[in-house]
Amino acid sequence: MTPPRLQLSGVSCGYDRLAVLDDLSLTVNPGEFVSILGPSGAGKSTLFRMLTGALQPQSGTIFFDGAPLSQTARPFAFMPQRDALMPWRRIIDNATLGLEVQGMSRQAARSKVRPLFAEFGLAGFEEHYPAALSGGMRQRAALLRTVVQERPMLLLDEPFGALDALTRSRMQIWLSEMWRRHRWTVLLVTHDVREAVLLSDRIHLLSPRPARVIRDIDIDLPRPRFDGATVATAAALETDILKTLFQTEETF
Amino acid sequence: MTEPSSGTRARAPLRHAVRQYLPATMAFAALLGLWEAYARLSGIAPMTLPPPSQVLLSGWRNREGLWDNILPTLRATLFGFAFSLVTAFVLSVLVDFFQPLRRALFPLFIVSQTLPLVAIAPLIVLWFGFGLLPKILLVALVTFFPMLVALTEGYRSVPEEIEALLASMGAGKAKLFLLARLPSALPYFFAGLRISITYAVVGAIFAEYAGAAKGLGIYILNAKNNFRADLVLAAVVASAVLTLVLFGATLVIQRLAMPWARTGEGNRP
Ligand SMILES: Nc1ncnc2c1ncn2[C@@H]1O[C@H](COP(=O)(O)OP(=O)(O)OP(=O)(O)O)[C@@H](O)[C@H]1O
Ligand SMILES: [Mg+2]
Repeated sequence: MTPPRLQLSGVSCGYDRLAVLDDLSLTVNPGEFVSILGPSGAGKSTLFRMLTGALQPQSGTIFFDGAPLSQTARPFAFMPQRDALMPWRRIIDNATLGLEVQGMSRQAARSKVRPLFAEFGLAGFEEHYPAALSGGMRQRAALLRTVVQERPMLLLDEPFGALDALTRSRMQIWLSEMWRRHRWTVLLVTHDVREAVLLSDRIHLLSPRPARVIRDIDIDLPRPRFDGATVATAAALETDILKTLFQTEETF
Repeated sequence: MTEPSSGTRARAPLRHAVRQYLPATMAFAALLGLWEAYARLSGIAPMTLPPPSQVLLSGWRNREGLWDNILPTLRATLFGFAFSLVTAFVLSVLVDFFQPLRRALFPLFIVSQTLPLVAIAPLIVLWFGFGLLPKILLVALVTFFPMLVALTEGYRSVPEEIEALLASMGAGKAKLFLLARLPSALPYFFAGLRISITYAVVGAIFAEYAGAAKGLGIYILNAKNNFRADLVLAAVVASAVLTLVLFGATLVIQRLAMPWARTGEGNRP
Protein backbone atom coordinates (compact mmCIF):
# COMPACT_ATOMS: atom_id res chain seq x y z
CA MET A 1 0.00 0.00 0.00
CA THR A 2 1.37 3.43 -0.82
CA PRO A 3 1.62 5.75 2.16
CA PRO A 4 -0.52 8.90 2.14
CA ARG A 5 1.07 11.83 0.39
CA LEU A 6 0.56 14.06 3.40
CA GLN A 7 -0.40 13.00 6.87
CA LEU A 8 -0.75 15.28 9.88
CA SER A 9 -1.33 13.69 13.27
CA GLY A 10 -2.08 15.70 16.37
CA VAL A 11 -0.37 18.83 15.12
CA SER A 12 -0.47 21.97 17.25
CA CYS A 13 0.98 25.29 16.26
CA GLY A 14 0.67 28.99 17.03
CA TYR A 15 2.28 32.37 17.40
CA ASP A 16 3.96 33.37 20.66
CA ARG A 17 1.07 32.97 23.07
CA LEU A 18 -1.74 32.51 20.54
CA ALA A 19 -2.70 28.86 20.00
CA VAL A 20 -3.91 28.58 16.40
CA LEU A 21 -3.90 24.90 15.42
CA ASP A 22 -4.90 22.45 18.12
CA ASP A 23 -4.42 18.72 17.73
CA LEU A 24 -5.03 18.81 13.98
CA SER A 25 -5.06 15.54 12.03
CA LEU A 26 -5.67 15.09 8.34
CA THR A 27 -4.67 12.93 5.40
CA VAL A 28 -4.20 13.64 1.71
CA ASN A 29 -3.61 10.72 -0.67
CA PRO A 30 -1.79 10.96 -4.01
CA GLY A 31 -4.03 12.39 -6.72
CA GLU A 32 -6.63 13.54 -4.22
CA PHE A 33 -8.25 16.94 -4.04
CA VAL A 34 -8.75 17.75 -0.37
CA SER A 35 -10.24 20.95 1.00
CA ILE A 36 -9.98 22.57 4.37
CA LEU A 37 -13.06 24.54 5.13
CA GLY A 38 -13.15 26.82 8.11
CA PRO A 39 -14.23 30.22 9.33
CA SER A 40 -12.09 33.30 8.81
CA GLY A 41 -9.22 33.49 11.28
CA ALA A 42 -9.41 29.79 12.11
CA GLY A 43 -5.78 29.24 11.17
CA LYS A 44 -5.95 27.99 7.60
CA SER A 45 -3.14 30.19 6.32
CA THR A 46 -1.18 29.32 9.45
CA LEU A 47 -1.38 25.66 8.49
CA PHE A 48 0.18 26.45 5.12
CA ARG A 49 2.82 28.61 6.77
CA MET A 50 3.75 25.59 8.83
CA LEU A 51 3.83 23.25 5.86
CA THR A 52 6.05 25.59 3.84
CA GLY A 53 8.47 25.81 6.74
CA ALA A 54 7.88 29.38 7.91
CA LEU A 55 6.52 28.11 11.25
CA GLN A 56 7.47 25.11 13.36
CA PRO A 57 4.82 22.77 14.78
CA GLN A 58 4.78 22.70 18.57
CA SER A 59 3.69 19.08 18.76
CA GLY A 60 2.49 16.26 16.55
CA THR A 61 3.95 14.67 13.44
CA ILE A 62 3.85 15.49 9.76
CA PHE A 63 4.66 12.76 7.24
CA PHE A 64 5.12 13.19 3.53
CA ASP A 65 5.12 10.08 1.35
CA GLY A 66 5.90 8.06 4.45
CA ALA A 67 8.88 10.13 5.63
CA PRO A 68 8.95 12.97 8.16
CA LEU A 69 8.31 16.25 6.37
CA SER A 70 11.49 17.77 7.80
CA GLN A 71 13.50 15.23 5.80
CA THR A 72 11.71 15.97 2.53
CA ALA A 73 13.05 18.62 0.18
CA ARG A 74 10.36 21.24 -0.52
CA PRO A 75 7.55 19.01 -1.73
CA PHE A 76 4.96 21.80 -1.99
CA ALA A 77 4.08 24.36 -4.60
CA PHE A 78 2.34 27.12 -2.69
CA MET A 79 -0.17 29.67 -3.94
CA PRO A 80 -0.59 32.42 -1.34
CA GLN A 81 -3.90 33.96 -0.37
CA ARG A 82 -3.41 37.06 -2.48
CA ASP A 83 -2.01 36.33 -5.94
CA ALA A 84 1.43 37.73 -5.02
CA LEU A 85 2.24 38.45 -8.64
CA MET A 86 5.25 40.72 -8.89
CA PRO A 87 4.12 43.95 -10.56
CA TRP A 88 7.56 44.47 -12.09
CA ARG A 89 7.62 41.13 -13.91
CA ARG A 90 5.75 40.32 -17.07
CA ILE A 91 3.18 37.53 -16.73
CA ILE A 92 5.51 34.99 -18.33
CA ASP A 93 8.30 35.95 -15.94
CA ASN A 94 5.93 35.68 -13.00
CA ALA A 95 5.00 32.22 -14.20
CA THR A 96 8.65 31.16 -14.40
CA LEU A 97 9.55 32.50 -10.94
CA GLY A 98 9.66 29.11 -9.22
CA LEU A 99 11.76 27.60 -12.00
CA GLU A 100 14.21 30.49 -11.83
CA VAL A 101 14.54 30.06 -8.08
CA GLN A 102 15.29 26.40 -8.73
CA GLY A 103 18.18 27.57 -10.90
CA MET A 104 16.76 27.16 -14.39
CA SER A 105 17.88 29.82 -16.87
CA ARG A 106 15.28 32.43 -17.76
CA GLN A 107 15.39 31.30 -21.37
CA ALA A 108 14.75 27.64 -20.60
CA ALA A 109 12.06 28.50 -18.06
CA ARG A 110 10.26 30.72 -20.55
CA SER A 111 10.16 28.09 -23.25
CA LYS A 112 8.92 25.55 -20.75
CA VAL A 113 6.08 27.75 -19.54
CA ARG A 114 5.01 29.37 -22.81
CA PRO A 115 3.07 26.36 -24.18
CA LEU A 116 0.89 26.30 -21.06
CA PHE A 117 -0.53 29.79 -21.51
CA ALA A 118 -3.38 28.70 -23.79
CA GLU A 119 -4.64 26.09 -21.33
CA PHE A 120 -4.64 28.69 -18.57
CA GLY A 121 -6.60 31.16 -20.70
CA LEU A 122 -3.67 33.54 -20.84
CA ALA A 123 -2.60 33.23 -24.46
CA GLY A 124 -1.53 36.60 -25.79
CA PHE A 125 -0.82 38.00 -22.33
CA GLU A 126 2.66 36.57 -21.91
CA GLU A 127 4.35 39.96 -22.23
CA HIS A 128 1.78 41.96 -20.23
CA TYR A 129 2.41 43.23 -16.75
CA PRO A 130 0.07 41.97 -14.00
CA ALA A 131 -1.62 45.37 -13.64
CA ALA A 132 -3.11 44.93 -17.11
CA LEU A 133 -4.91 41.70 -16.19
CA SER A 134 -8.35 41.12 -14.73
CA GLY A 135 -8.72 39.48 -11.33
CA GLY A 136 -9.56 36.08 -12.79
CA MET A 137 -6.61 36.19 -15.16
CA ARG A 138 -4.27 37.10 -12.33
CA GLN A 139 -5.44 34.09 -10.35
CA ARG A 140 -4.89 31.82 -13.34
CA ALA A 141 -1.42 33.29 -13.77
CA ALA A 142 -0.70 32.64 -10.09
CA LEU A 143 -1.94 29.06 -10.47
CA LEU A 144 0.22 28.61 -13.54
CA ARG A 145 3.21 29.82 -11.54
CA THR A 146 2.29 27.21 -8.92
CA VAL A 147 1.85 24.14 -11.12
CA VAL A 148 4.90 24.65 -13.38
CA GLN A 149 7.10 24.02 -10.36
CA GLU A 150 6.07 20.35 -10.74
CA ARG A 151 6.06 19.67 -7.03
CA PRO A 152 4.34 16.53 -5.75
CA MET A 153 1.63 18.56 -4.06
CA LEU A 154 -0.15 21.91 -4.47
CA LEU A 155 -1.17 24.13 -1.56
CA LEU A 156 -3.81 26.64 -2.62
CA ASP A 157 -4.79 29.30 -0.09
CA GLU A 158 -8.22 30.71 -0.98
CA PRO A 159 -7.27 31.10 -4.63
CA PHE A 160 -10.58 32.74 -5.56
CA GLY A 161 -11.39 34.53 -2.32
CA ALA A 162 -10.81 38.00 -3.72
CA LEU A 163 -12.85 37.57 -6.92
CA ASP A 164 -16.37 38.74 -7.64
CA ALA A 165 -19.02 36.02 -7.38
CA LEU A 166 -19.43 35.52 -11.11
CA THR A 167 -15.74 35.26 -11.88
CA ARG A 168 -15.29 33.02 -8.87
CA SER A 169 -17.91 30.52 -10.10
CA ARG A 170 -16.33 30.51 -13.51
CA MET A 171 -12.87 29.92 -12.03
CA GLN A 172 -14.15 27.08 -9.83
CA ILE A 173 -15.59 25.30 -12.86
CA TRP A 174 -12.37 25.90 -14.75
CA LEU A 175 -10.25 24.54 -11.91
CA SER A 176 -12.39 21.42 -11.56
CA GLU A 177 -11.91 20.73 -15.28
CA MET A 178 -8.16 21.36 -14.99
CA TRP A 179 -7.93 18.99 -12.06
CA ARG A 180 -9.85 16.26 -13.93
CA ARG A 181 -7.22 16.46 -16.65
CA HIS A 182 -4.09 16.69 -14.50
CA ARG A 183 -5.00 14.92 -11.26
CA TRP A 184 -2.72 17.05 -9.14
CA THR A 185 -2.58 16.28 -5.45
CA VAL A 186 -4.17 19.37 -3.96
CA LEU A 187 -4.78 20.77 -0.51
CA LEU A 188 -7.14 23.72 -0.90
CA VAL A 189 -8.03 26.19 1.81
CA THR A 190 -11.32 28.00 1.49
CA HIS A 191 -14.29 29.36 3.37
CA ASP A 192 -16.58 28.93 0.38
CA VAL A 193 -18.75 25.87 1.01
CA ARG A 194 -19.86 25.60 -2.62
CA GLU A 195 -16.28 25.69 -3.81
CA ALA A 196 -15.29 22.90 -1.44
CA VAL A 197 -18.19 20.67 -2.48
CA LEU A 198 -17.66 21.35 -6.16
CA LEU A 199 -13.97 20.54 -6.18
CA SER A 200 -13.07 18.10 -3.41
CA ASP A 201 -12.77 14.38 -2.86
CA ARG A 202 -12.79 15.11 0.85
CA ILE A 203 -13.47 18.10 3.06
CA HIS A 204 -12.03 18.69 6.50
CA LEU A 205 -14.19 21.06 8.49
CA LEU A 206 -12.26 23.23 10.92
CA SER A 207 -13.55 24.71 14.15
CA PRO A 208 -12.90 28.38 14.94
CA ARG A 209 -9.51 29.10 16.52
CA PRO A 210 -7.82 27.11 17.99
CA ALA A 211 -8.61 24.97 15.00
CA ARG A 212 -9.23 21.24 15.07
CA VAL A 213 -10.90 19.08 12.45
CA ILE A 214 -14.49 18.77 13.58
CA ARG A 215 -15.74 16.65 10.72
CA ASP A 216 -14.45 14.77 7.68
CA ILE A 217 -16.76 14.58 4.70
CA ASP A 218 -16.01 12.24 1.81
CA ILE A 219 -17.62 13.42 -1.37
CA ASP A 220 -17.98 10.66 -3.91
CA LEU A 221 -20.30 12.52 -6.24
CA PRO A 222 -19.42 12.08 -9.90
CA ARG A 223 -17.77 15.00 -11.66
CA PRO A 224 -18.51 17.49 -13.12
CA ARG A 225 -20.66 18.69 -10.29
CA PHE A 226 -21.82 22.01 -11.67
CA ASP A 227 -24.58 20.63 -13.90
CA GLY A 228 -26.69 17.53 -14.43
CA ALA A 229 -27.99 15.15 -11.81
CA THR A 230 -25.43 15.87 -9.09
CA VAL A 231 -26.39 19.50 -8.56
CA ALA A 232 -29.25 18.73 -6.18
CA THR A 233 -27.18 16.31 -4.09
CA ALA A 234 -24.35 18.81 -3.93
CA ALA A 235 -26.74 21.53 -2.77
CA ALA A 236 -28.07 19.29 0.01
CA LEU A 237 -24.52 18.58 1.10
CA GLU A 238 -23.73 22.30 1.20
CA THR A 239 -26.68 22.93 3.51
CA ASP A 240 -25.57 20.10 5.75
CA ILE A 241 -22.03 21.48 5.98
CA LEU A 242 -23.25 24.99 6.72
CA LYS A 243 -25.37 23.63 9.54
CA THR A 244 -22.40 21.88 11.08
CA LEU A 245 -20.30 25.04 10.84
CA PHE A 246 -22.97 27.23 12.42
CA GLN A 247 -23.55 24.73 15.24
CA THR A 248 -19.89 24.65 16.21
CA GLU A 249 -19.69 28.41 16.13
CA GLU A 250 -22.59 28.61 18.58
CA THR A 251 -20.92 26.32 21.09
CA PHE A 252 -17.84 28.56 21.10
CA MET B 1 -12.88 37.21 -20.05
CA THR B 2 -12.19 40.84 -19.36
CA GLU B 3 -9.96 42.71 -21.73
CA PRO B 4 -6.98 44.38 -20.12
CA SER B 5 -7.47 48.02 -19.41
CA SER B 6 -5.84 50.22 -22.00
CA GLY B 7 -4.62 53.63 -20.95
CA THR B 8 -6.92 56.45 -21.93
CA ARG B 9 -4.30 58.97 -21.01
CA ALA B 10 -2.39 58.57 -24.24
CA ARG B 11 -5.40 59.53 -26.37
CA ALA B 12 -5.35 63.32 -26.17
CA PRO B 13 -1.80 64.24 -25.24
CA LEU B 14 -2.16 67.92 -26.10
CA ARG B 15 -5.35 68.47 -24.13
CA HIS B 16 -3.87 66.53 -21.26
CA ALA B 17 -0.69 68.59 -21.32
CA VAL B 18 -2.64 71.85 -21.34
CA ARG B 19 -4.82 70.80 -18.42
CA GLN B 20 -1.77 69.57 -16.56
CA TYR B 21 0.52 72.53 -16.98
CA LEU B 22 -1.74 75.53 -17.64
CA PRO B 23 -2.46 76.39 -13.97
CA ALA B 24 1.21 76.32 -13.00
CA THR B 25 2.19 78.40 -16.04
CA MET B 26 -0.46 80.99 -15.23
CA ALA B 27 0.51 81.22 -11.57
CA PHE B 28 4.12 81.62 -12.58
CA ALA B 29 3.30 84.31 -15.14
CA ALA B 30 1.14 86.17 -12.64
CA LEU B 31 3.96 86.19 -10.10
CA LEU B 32 6.43 87.52 -12.66
CA GLY B 33 3.93 90.15 -13.75
CA LEU B 34 3.43 91.38 -10.18
CA TRP B 35 7.15 91.50 -9.61
CA GLU B 36 7.73 93.42 -12.85
CA ALA B 37 4.98 95.91 -12.01
CA TYR B 38 6.20 96.40 -8.44
CA ALA B 39 9.85 96.89 -9.47
CA ARG B 40 8.89 99.44 -12.12
CA LEU B 41 6.11 101.35 -10.39
CA SER B 42 7.12 101.44 -6.71
CA GLY B 43 10.26 103.47 -7.34
CA ILE B 44 12.49 100.87 -5.72
CA ALA B 45 16.10 101.06 -6.95
CA PRO B 46 16.89 98.48 -9.68
CA MET B 47 20.08 97.73 -7.75
CA THR B 48 17.95 96.48 -4.89
CA LEU B 49 15.18 94.76 -6.84
CA PRO B 50 15.60 94.59 -10.60
CA PRO B 51 12.48 93.68 -12.59
CA PRO B 52 12.49 90.17 -14.10
CA SER B 53 12.88 91.57 -17.62
CA GLN B 54 16.16 93.16 -16.59
CA VAL B 55 17.31 89.96 -14.89
CA LEU B 56 16.76 88.05 -18.10
CA LEU B 57 18.42 90.74 -20.18
CA SER B 58 21.50 90.87 -17.92
CA GLY B 59 21.61 87.11 -17.89
CA TRP B 60 21.53 87.04 -21.68
CA ARG B 61 24.28 89.66 -21.95
CA ASN B 62 26.45 87.70 -19.56
CA ARG B 63 25.52 84.32 -20.97
CA GLU B 64 29.10 83.29 -21.60
CA GLY B 65 30.17 83.98 -18.06
CA LEU B 66 27.09 82.20 -16.73
CA TRP B 67 27.64 79.17 -18.94
CA ASP B 68 31.28 79.04 -17.85
CA ASN B 69 30.10 78.80 -14.26
CA ILE B 70 27.18 76.46 -14.80
CA LEU B 71 29.40 73.66 -16.08
CA PRO B 72 31.57 73.36 -12.94
CA THR B 73 28.41 73.35 -10.80
CA LEU B 74 26.89 70.66 -12.99
CA ARG B 75 30.09 68.63 -12.75
CA ALA B 76 30.22 68.94 -8.96
CA THR B 77 26.56 68.02 -8.72
CA LEU B 78 26.84 64.94 -10.91
CA PHE B 79 30.08 63.62 -9.43
CA GLY B 80 28.88 64.27 -5.89
CA PHE B 81 25.55 62.70 -6.58
CA ALA B 82 27.07 59.66 -8.26
CA PHE B 83 29.39 59.17 -5.32
CA SER B 84 26.48 59.53 -2.95
CA LEU B 85 24.35 57.02 -4.88
CA VAL B 86 27.05 54.38 -5.00
CA THR B 87 27.78 54.78 -1.30
CA ALA B 88 24.09 54.74 -0.38
CA PHE B 89 23.46 51.65 -2.46
CA VAL B 90 26.40 49.68 -1.08
CA LEU B 91 25.50 50.64 2.48
CA SER B 92 21.83 49.87 1.95
CA VAL B 93 22.72 46.34 0.85
CA LEU B 94 25.09 45.84 3.78
CA VAL B 95 22.53 47.17 6.22
CA ASP B 96 19.82 44.98 4.71
CA PHE B 97 21.89 41.85 5.21
CA PHE B 98 23.34 42.77 8.61
CA GLN B 99 20.69 44.51 10.65
CA PRO B 100 23.05 45.29 13.59
CA LEU B 101 24.99 47.51 11.21
CA ARG B 102 21.85 49.55 10.79
CA ARG B 103 21.57 50.14 14.51
CA ALA B 104 25.24 51.05 14.64
CA LEU B 105 25.33 53.48 11.74
CA PHE B 106 21.94 55.15 11.43
CA PRO B 107 22.25 57.33 14.55
CA LEU B 108 25.54 58.58 13.15
CA PHE B 109 23.95 59.43 9.81
CA ILE B 110 21.04 61.17 11.45
CA VAL B 111 23.46 63.38 13.38
CA SER B 112 25.28 64.12 10.11
CA GLN B 113 22.01 65.48 8.74
CA THR B 114 21.66 67.95 11.60
CA LEU B 115 24.94 69.72 10.85
CA PRO B 116 24.36 73.26 9.60
CA LEU B 117 25.70 73.63 6.05
CA VAL B 118 26.90 77.20 6.68
CA ALA B 119 29.34 75.86 9.25
CA ILE B 120 30.30 72.66 7.46
CA ALA B 121 30.88 74.06 3.97
CA PRO B 122 33.75 76.41 4.92
CA LEU B 123 35.33 73.70 7.07
CA ILE B 124 35.29 71.16 4.27
CA VAL B 125 36.82 73.73 1.93
CA LEU B 126 39.43 74.46 4.59
CA TRP B 127 40.30 70.78 4.88
CA PHE B 128 40.09 69.72 1.25
CA GLY B 129 40.94 72.85 -0.71
CA PHE B 130 39.27 74.59 -3.61
CA GLY B 131 39.10 71.66 -6.02
CA LEU B 132 36.35 69.24 -6.89
CA LEU B 133 36.71 67.02 -3.83
CA PRO B 134 35.11 69.27 -1.19
CA LYS B 135 32.14 69.86 -3.52
CA ILE B 136 31.68 66.14 -4.04
CA LEU B 137 31.79 65.58 -0.31
CA LEU B 138 29.30 68.30 0.46
CA VAL B 139 26.84 67.14 -2.21
CA ALA B 140 27.19 63.61 -0.88
CA LEU B 141 26.62 64.83 2.68
CA VAL B 142 23.27 66.37 1.85
CA THR B 143 22.00 63.63 -0.50
CA PHE B 144 23.42 60.41 0.85
CA PHE B 145 21.15 59.84 3.81
CA PRO B 146 17.85 60.52 2.04
CA MET B 147 18.90 58.01 -0.62
CA LEU B 148 19.90 55.44 1.99
CA VAL B 149 16.57 55.82 3.77
CA ALA B 150 14.64 55.58 0.49
CA LEU B 151 16.44 52.35 -0.43
CA THR B 152 16.11 50.65 2.94
CA GLU B 153 12.43 51.62 3.18
CA GLY B 154 11.98 50.26 -0.32
CA TYR B 155 13.54 46.92 0.54
CA ARG B 156 11.10 46.55 3.40
CA SER B 157 8.08 47.31 1.24
CA VAL B 158 7.91 43.80 -0.20
CA PRO B 159 4.46 42.37 0.57
CA GLU B 160 4.52 39.52 3.05
CA GLU B 161 2.92 37.11 0.55
CA ILE B 162 5.71 37.61 -1.94
CA GLU B 163 8.32 36.83 0.70
CA ALA B 164 6.35 33.77 1.80
CA LEU B 165 6.01 32.67 -1.80
CA LEU B 166 9.73 32.96 -2.48
CA ALA B 167 10.55 31.19 0.76
CA SER B 168 8.22 28.34 -0.22
CA MET B 169 10.10 28.07 -3.51
CA GLY B 170 13.36 27.69 -1.62
CA ALA B 171 14.81 31.13 -2.27
CA GLY B 172 17.58 32.10 0.13
CA LYS B 173 18.43 35.58 1.35
CA ALA B 174 20.36 36.56 -1.76
CA LYS B 175 17.64 35.45 -4.17
CA LEU B 176 14.99 37.09 -2.04
CA PHE B 177 16.95 40.31 -2.28
CA LEU B 178 17.52 40.18 -6.01
CA LEU B 179 14.09 38.93 -7.01
CA ALA B 180 11.90 40.89 -4.60
CA ARG B 181 13.53 43.43 -2.32
CA LEU B 182 15.60 45.23 -4.93
CA PRO B 183 12.85 45.68 -7.55
CA SER B 184 10.37 46.67 -4.83
CA ALA B 185 12.71 49.47 -3.84
CA LEU B 186 12.76 51.10 -7.27
CA PRO B 187 9.76 53.41 -6.77
CA TYR B 188 11.19 54.47 -3.40
CA PHE B 189 14.58 54.95 -4.98
CA PHE B 190 13.19 57.28 -7.63
CA ALA B 191 11.11 59.23 -5.12
CA GLY B 192 14.32 59.74 -3.14
CA LEU B 193 16.20 60.60 -6.31
CA ARG B 194 13.78 63.37 -7.23
CA ILE B 195 14.14 65.00 -3.83
CA SER B 196 17.89 64.51 -3.55
CA ILE B 197 18.75 65.89 -6.95
CA THR B 198 17.35 69.26 -5.90
CA TYR B 199 19.37 69.14 -2.68
CA ALA B 200 22.41 68.19 -4.70
CA VAL B 201 22.42 71.38 -6.76
CA VAL B 202 21.94 73.48 -3.63
CA GLY B 203 24.76 71.57 -1.94
CA ALA B 204 27.12 72.16 -4.83
CA ILE B 205 26.36 75.89 -4.93
CA PHE B 206 26.88 76.11 -1.18
CA ALA B 207 30.26 74.43 -1.47
CA GLU B 208 31.30 76.85 -4.22
CA TYR B 209 30.06 79.80 -2.21
CA ALA B 210 32.42 78.74 0.55
CA GLY B 211 35.34 78.76 -1.83
CA ALA B 212 35.90 77.85 -5.44
CA ALA B 213 37.61 79.01 -8.59
CA LYS B 214 34.47 78.67 -10.68
CA GLY B 215 30.84 77.76 -10.36
CA LEU B 216 27.45 79.34 -9.81
CA GLY B 217 28.15 79.69 -6.10
CA ILE B 218 31.22 81.80 -6.58
CA TYR B 219 29.51 83.68 -9.41
CA ILE B 220 26.70 84.63 -7.04
CA LEU B 221 29.21 85.72 -4.39
CA ASN B 222 31.09 87.94 -6.86
CA ALA B 223 27.90 89.45 -8.27
CA LYS B 224 26.71 90.24 -4.76
CA ASN B 225 30.02 91.87 -3.86
CA ASN B 226 29.70 94.03 -7.00
CA PHE B 227 26.14 95.02 -6.04
CA ARG B 228 24.75 93.32 -9.14
CA ALA B 229 21.44 92.02 -7.83
CA ASP B 230 20.41 91.41 -11.44
CA LEU B 231 23.31 89.00 -11.96
CA VAL B 232 22.70 87.29 -8.63
CA LEU B 233 19.15 86.65 -9.76
CA ALA B 234 20.26 85.59 -13.23
CA ALA B 235 22.50 82.99 -11.60
CA VAL B 236 19.58 81.89 -9.47
CA VAL B 237 17.50 81.43 -12.62
CA ALA B 238 20.35 79.42 -14.14
CA SER B 239 20.55 77.15 -11.09
CA ALA B 240 16.77 76.70 -11.15
CA VAL B 241 16.90 75.70 -14.81
CA LEU B 242 19.76 73.32 -14.06
CA THR B 243 17.78 71.72 -11.24
CA LEU B 244 14.68 71.38 -13.40
CA VAL B 245 16.68 69.73 -16.18
CA LEU B 246 18.18 67.23 -13.74
CA PHE B 247 14.75 66.64 -12.21
CA GLY B 248 13.33 65.96 -15.66
CA ALA B 249 16.17 63.55 -16.35
CA THR B 250 15.25 61.50 -13.28
CA LEU B 251 11.68 61.25 -14.57
CA VAL B 252 12.92 59.99 -17.94
CA ILE B 253 15.22 57.46 -16.29
CA GLN B 254 12.39 56.29 -14.07
CA ARG B 255 10.14 55.71 -17.06
CA LEU B 256 12.84 53.64 -18.71
CA ALA B 257 13.73 51.70 -15.57
CA MET B 258 10.15 50.94 -14.51
CA PRO B 259 8.14 50.14 -17.65
CA TRP B 260 5.50 48.35 -15.58
CA ALA B 261 4.67 51.52 -13.65
CA ARG B 262 3.07 52.99 -16.79
CA THR B 263 0.29 50.45 -16.36
CA GLY B 264 -0.43 51.94 -12.97
CA GLU B 265 0.64 49.37 -10.40
CA GLY B 266 3.66 49.30 -8.17
CA ASN B 267 4.74 52.85 -8.80
CA ARG B 268 3.79 54.30 -5.47
CA PRO B 269 5.93 54.33 -2.41
N1 LIG C 1 2.27 36.58 12.01
C1 LIG C 1 1.32 36.42 12.97
N2 LIG C 1 1.61 36.70 14.26
C2 LIG C 1 0.66 36.56 15.21
N3 LIG C 1 -0.59 36.14 14.98
C3 LIG C 1 -0.93 35.84 13.72
C4 LIG C 1 0.00 35.97 12.64
N4 LIG C 1 -0.61 35.61 11.50
C5 LIG C 1 -1.87 35.28 11.84
N5 LIG C 1 -2.06 35.40 13.18
C6 LIG C 1 -3.30 35.10 13.90
O1 LIG C 1 -3.55 33.72 13.78
C7 LIG C 1 -4.92 33.48 13.58
C8 LIG C 1 -5.12 32.64 12.34
O2 LIG C 1 -4.70 33.36 11.21
P1 LIG C 1 -4.76 32.75 9.75
O3 LIG C 1 -4.20 33.76 8.83
O4 LIG C 1 -4.15 31.41 9.76
O5 LIG C 1 -6.33 32.64 9.53
P2 LIG C 1 -7.13 32.10 8.26
O6 LIG C 1 -7.89 30.92 8.71
O7 LIG C 1 -6.22 31.94 7.11
O8 LIG C 1 -8.14 33.31 8.01
P3 LIG C 1 -8.70 33.88 6.63
O9 LIG C 1 -9.74 32.94 6.17
O10 LIG C 1 -9.27 35.20 7.02
O11 LIG C 1 -7.54 33.98 5.70
C9 LIG C 1 -5.59 34.84 13.49
O12 LIG C 1 -6.23 35.09 14.72
C10 LIG C 1 -4.48 35.80 13.29
O13 LIG C 1 -4.74 37.01 13.96
MG1 LIG D 1 -5.94 32.90 5.36
